[in-house]
Amino acid sequence: MEIQPRSRRETRRLIFLIAPSLFWLLVFFLFPLVLVLAISFGQRGTYGGVEWSLSLQNYRRFFDPLYLRIFGRTLLIALTTTVICLVTGYPLAYFIATRPPRWRNGLLLLLMIPFWTNFLIRTYAWLLLLRDQGLINMLWTGGLHNALLWLSNTVPLPVWGRLLEATSTSLSLFGTNGAIIVGLVYGWLPDMVLPCYAAIERLDHSLVEAAQDLYANRVQSFLRVILPLTMSGVVAGSVLVFIPSLGAYVTPDLLGGAKSVMMGNVIYSQFMSARDYPFGAAISFVLMTVMLVGTLIYFRLGTES
Amino acid sequence: MSEQAVQLNRVSKKFGSVVAVNDVSLSIADGEFFSLLGPSGCGKTTTLRLIAGFELPTRGEVYIGQDLQGETPPYRRPVNTVFQNYALFPHMTISRNVGFGLEMRKLPRDEIQRRVSEALDMVQLPGMGERKPSQLSGGQQQRVALARALVNQPKVLLLDEPLGALDLKLRKAMQLELKALQHRIGITFVYVTHDQEEALTMSDRIAVMNGGRVLQIGTPEEIYERPANRFVADFIGETNFLEGQVTAGRPGEATVQVEDSLTIPVSADKAVGKRDVVTVAIRPEKISLHAEPPDDRAVAGVIEEVIYTGTDTRYLVRIGEQTIVTVRQQNVGVGEGASFLKGASIYLHWRLQSARLLTA
Ligand SMILES: Nc1ncnc2c1ncn2[C@@H]1O[C@H](COP(=O)(O)OP(=O)(O)O)[C@@H](O)[C@H]1O
Ligand SMILES: [Mg+2]
Repeated sequence: MEIQPRSRRETRRLIFLIAPSLFWLLVFFLFPLVLVLAISFGQRGTYGGVEWSLSLQNYRRFFDPLYLRIFGRTLLIALTTTVICLVTGYPLAYFIATRPPRWRNGLLLLLMIPFWTNFLIRTYAWLLLLRDQGLINMLWTGGLHNALLWLSNTVPLPVWGRLLEATSTSLSLFGTNGAIIVGLVYGWLPDMVLPCYAAIERLDHSLVEAAQDLYANRVQSFLRVILPLTMSGVVAGSVLVFIPSLGAYVTPDLLGGAKSVMMGNVIYSQFMSARDYPFGAAISFVLMTVMLVGTLIYFRLGTES
Repeated sequence: MSEQAVQLNRVSKKFGSVVAVNDVSLSIADGEFFSLLGPSGCGKTTTLRLIAGFELPTRGEVYIGQDLQGETPPYRRPVNTVFQNYALFPHMTISRNVGFGLEMRKLPRDEIQRRVSEALDMVQLPGMGERKPSQLSGGQQQRVALARALVNQPKVLLLDEPLGALDLKLRKAMQLELKALQHRIGITFVYVTHDQEEALTMSDRIAVMNGGRVLQIGTPEEIYERPANRFVADFIGETNFLEGQVTAGRPGEATVQVEDSLTIPVSADKAVGKRDVVTVAIRPEKISLHAEPPDDRAVAGVIEEVIYTGTDTRYLVRIGEQTIVTVRQQNVGVGEGASFLKGASIYLHWRLQSARLLTA
């Protein structure tokens, strides 16, 4: 068949049909992106505005050890968060997906219920748990300490001394990388569980039985059959957790205190307090590129295996 | 007697309140082609899964060879399964699929390669090793599933309706091929099917199941010619059932009153007494039709319907007042049409041992 040139009317109709989404993309995605890119090549004006230019100075500044360290920490926190979400979320998804069908939706609902509360409030709750006078430390230096006191008086043993000493001062949980990771894992765990669940639930169980029939023990059938066939869920879940973790702002702001800062906070401060829009824009762009490249590589690896 | 390959000893399996397998005992000899035959839901698959180790019996014992299996997991049992839907690993090539069992048993790489290609030759799929399962037809996937199981040289091969998804012609061809293959390699086959013709064609022995129980175990001929009860007689092939009361009972022979004016002669290998209510089973092809009574045991009847079915003609014959029996005669001649016409008065005759007394 010969390819007919599209009639003018048809072309016009096509343009008309894609116009709304094109408009949407242009106005709300591409235009801001180009604007940020343009700003990132500019310079900070004396009074906080942007002086347009074409310099790479902001990108050079990013490689300052100060920012590189924060960037490294951000990457580490995001990766740790993703790994923790994966090793806890996948087994949870597997557990739910292997329950009888009538249980599954209920269990998924239980997983989602906490997320009907605002993200800020949930993160704040962790602040109340983790800070020096928080609930965990109240139990540590209060309840547990008193219980140990009572025990050491009733059953004198040499171990009590060390434990009493440990529980006499509060744990510094707040303001650490650990606190941020706890908050992020809590926040993004469902984003890991749901895609994993979808993939595991789709898995044909007779394939697992076939593997066991062919002498694969539990570990082998997991590594050779279950995991490869649910890789799509693992990849999707990891990307869904990694990206917001890398760009996290609220969680490190609330739980990281003054000591632990992530790139999101640096960007925020460039825009809101330092008023250095061009540098903030440059950091945003670097972060975005890292996300994009990382995701692409990951997808490639995930679909190959 | 040859050694046993599988033995089930009073095995039951319950799923909640459903009794899927009910007090089943059977012993399968080494090298035998043994079929589990029965209608859907009768517990065939569950029985097979109990042997494979995917289910553990609620009660009773499973032996493979001389070994009591207890809670031995599937991956430690010397049996392999051909699954109903083949269950080929979609993310592996055909070679990796077939070599999976050998790989798990840590055989050297070159031996795996050699045995995989031998297995693919055996199922007539040489050179297909690099393809993925999705690139194969249903029949080819079925062969891969067979190769994947047989390459491990299991003591027993378990097959769950392996030909169920194939079209009729391919199924018939595969039946013969499977049977020949089994004969050649000498591995014990336990074969699940709901198709009685398939079971008769392929098996050395058949266990007929219904409602979780084994009703009869025997060679195809035994099952067909001497069904133990009404269910077996009905499920395997076609049968006329006539109910009545025993009027005279000599050893080996009896007469049964089906209607006031209709008595028929039967063979009786069980002791029956006068007035016992019994069921008589006669296969349609065991009855012959005659214009004149060949002897004093012939039963008079009238042809109600003549149905031409190609290889056979089926006659529906009324005997007595309201009893209808089916008679089947092979169409031996060419284009001669039916030997008897609708409405004709004729005589039915059968050998005594073809009319079997069933008590259940
Ligand atoms: N995992 C299970 N849970 C509950 N009931 C089951 C299960 N497997 C089989 N059954 C029931 O046991 C009976 C026998 O099933 P099955 O062995 O699959 O029969 P067949 O293979 O002869 O069709 C059926 O009533 C079926 O519903
Ligand atoms: Mg079945």
